[in-house]
Amino acid sequence: MSPGGEGEELDVLDSQERERFEQLVLPHLDAAFNLARWILRGRNDAEDVAQEAMLRAFRFFRGFHGGDVRAWLLQIVRNSCYTWLEKNRPMELNTEFDEELYPQPGVTPESLAIAGDNRERLTRALEGLPPRSREVLVLRELEGCSYKEIAAITSMPIGTVMSALARARQRLERALTQANPVRNQEANREL
Amino acid sequence: MSCELTQSVLHGYLDGELDAARAADFERHLISCPQCASALETQETLRTSIQQAGLYERAPSTLRRKIESQYGVPAAVTPMRVKAGVRPSSWQWLAVAAALFLAVFLGWRLIPGLGANRAQVELASAIVDAHLRSLQPGHLEDVVSTDQHTVKPWFDGKVNFAPPVRDFAGDGFPLEGGRLDVVEGREVAVLVYGRRKHVINVFVWPMSEADTSPQSGSQLGYNWISWRKAGMEMYAVSDVSPADLDALRKLLSE
Repeated sequence: MSPGGEGEELDVLDSQERERFEQLVLPHLDAAFNLARWILRGRNDAEDVAQEAMLRAFRFFRGFHGGDVRAWLLQIVRNSCYTWLEKNRPMELNTEFDEELYPQPGVTPESLAIAGDNRERLTRALEGLPPRSREVLVLRELEGCSYKEIAAITSMPIGTVMSALARARQRLERALTQANPVRNQEANREL
Repeated sequence: MSCELTQSVLHGYLDGELDAARAADFERHLISCPQCASALETQETLRTSIQQAGLYERAPSTLRRKIESQYGVPAAVTPMRVKAGVRPSSWQWLAVAAALFLAVFLGWRLIPGLGANRAQVELASAIVDAHLRSLQPGHLEDVVSTDQHTVKPWFDGKVNFAPPVRDFAGDGFPLEGGRLDVVEGREVAVLVYGRRKHVINVFVWPMSEADTSPQSGSQLGYNWISWRKAGMEMYAVSDVSPADLDALRKLLSE
């Protein structure tokens, strides 16, 4: 079925382990893709990197001895994403959120509800955040991870997850209401 | 003027990560701190927006097929075990035959549209339809209660089996109620769970076949997972992530 050497190389798990891999790891493929898509901000790159991460997971699977398999896989995905970014778009890793650019807009739930009621605007605001703010939001709000899981995935001390989320949410709030042309005409002055 | 809890503890509270004592402290604080009260409302709005925007992006089917064919239990595994240039001995052929048999068997079980699986896809459609129906106003619950001791007796006398009614509020899946439904002509009990403002319907009916490991899929953007355990067939359906559904399945299987 598979051509020559490639098959040999992948044949590191016996059939029992393959079955375990299929049952435990493959159900989290959506989670893997979703995280990669948001860190890399694109579906095509995410597809490549998620595939590479699955290969790594497959190779490391012997070293996985139970526990939270989703967090284990997402940690591999995240590392693969950052390795890829370093190689292909290193500038992005240094983007800082410019608080000056987004003055605190005096957010009210109403203005936020209006701004958030738009998938495209939310996507743009989220993609405008530095990757490390973006990933904690994605893990928490889209993937429903606990603080403990977020800490494990991002190699962040558990004590700092809460403040990282607080910062990320505040940034998202700002980016969101700032990008709302109804509330702020200045948003039309695109760079 | 500014309260420092707005940028710290408030988020732990919002995420349900504070222990009971600290959560109670913060709730007392909320009464006297308009800034935190308003920030909490803002954060809840933001969360609702994010969750309703459908930002979760599932793996494209091309990727899924690629990964499944590479790392899943292989559909036709075996030649790779036989090294080129080495004549396979007879026991190796036996292994090949066994593996092929296994592959065919698994293929028959797993490939959609084949054998028993077609029926399952149809059943899953019916379940997703029932889930959608339940989301119409007023259709979700016949008995509204977060108390398993109210929901469980409610089913008595309405169905001739006892669905496993348990509340998992402590694990983030609060029981919200139950109802009766009919799926493919069969009367089923439905347990309704909440998951951070999303609804999960768990359809339960009795069956006499052996327990099975979970199978899952998605239709119309809704995820489902099904399993058989202790004489009950169960289908959980929702727009929450497959991982969340699996977490609920584990709780229900305990």
